Amino acid sequence: MIEFRQVSKYFGTVRALDNFQAQLASGRVIGLFGPNGAGKSTTLKMIAGLNRPSRGEVLVDGLNPWMTRDRVAYLPEVDHLYPWMTVGKAAEFISTFYSDWDQSKYQDLLNYLNLNEDMKIGKISKGQRAKVKLLLTLSRRSPYLLLDEPLSGIDLLTREEIINSVIRDYREGEQTVIISTHEIGEVERLVDEVIFIRNGKTVLSGNAEDLREEKNMSLVEIMKEVMRSAR
Amino acid sequence: MNFDAAQPIYRQIIDDFKKKMIRGELKHGDRIPSQREYAEMAQVNPNTVQRAYREMEAMHMVETLRGQGTFVSADQEMLASMKEEMAQSILNYFVAEMDALGYQGSDLIKMLQDYMQAKEAEDQ
Repeated sequence: MIEFRQVSKYFGTVRALDNFQAQLASGRVIGLFGPNGAGKSTTLKMIAGLNRPSRGEVLVDGLNPWMTRDRVAYLPEVDHLYPWMTVGKAAEFISTFYSDWDQSKYQDLLNYLNLNEDMKIGKISKGQRAKVKLLLTLSRRSPYLLLDEPLSGIDLLTREEIINSVIRDYREGEQTVIISTHEIGEVERLVDEVIFIRNGKTVLSGNAEDLREEKNMSLVEIMKEVMRSAR
Repeated sequence: MNFDAAQPIYRQIIDDFKKKMIRGELKHGDRIPSQREYAEMAQVNPNTVQRAYREMEAMHMVETLRGQGTFVSADQEMLASMKEEMAQSILNYFVAEMDALGYQGSDLIKMLQDYMQAKEAEDQ
């Protein structure tokens, strides 16, 4: 389980998280939804142990996130791969850092995503680069998978491929997937828990199916409603 | 499969199976996809599929045999009651919507008769 206990984060005078409180249950696909600048990326980076709260506490399985880095696979929003590397080299490079790297999973996904090892990262399209990032993240057998805006700026077909890969990869009950996005319509069927966040605070959270039942609305419509009333 | 994102998805999965059984596309003893297969096919969260399958098992619509798969277990009697139940809910919806437009029961019966007559004439 991942827990945020009254977490605030300041970057200079900018407050990215404001007394943020959340409990993310294990074995679920969790959507972290909110407009740009709501604090989604900051939240994911904290779970990955890449930045620390200014106040409050983040716990992954009861531990400080920098101790649990080997349990967390993180797909950053930015392009973090060296452009001069080939896909195969990047995989080799990354696999040496993680003991949970799964070579057969990697091969399987490489085929499924129609990628090949000789492709040079700096030379391929944006959609293909997004798939490479996903490939390298999913090739680990981590109990926690963090995907920061995995679909933004990606064409429709590639989006589908990405979503399907996550579904294929998902191991019921064992894996916790957290996806941050502001394009909720794309992941309506993928998430089972949702957290709507705005100005560093949770404005609504719950089970996606229960929320639909209760409000007779899609997650996109619910997002519009909560963001309007939070203004 | 197209889902209405404003309704719980697990319910729509169950309704889809119900319709297939009522129409006879799925018969007693037929194997249905595994949860994993269904999740991939419909591009739905596996937990949602699991919830739908569990509920169908609890209703005895299907049964899962260890190591063999999930099979349709609904019998004739159950199919008949599912059919009636679905018809009832469509009827409820129809009447409620018409009521909201201000139509009375007697108007509805008249309208339906006219509608069916017109349709029959058209079909001939």
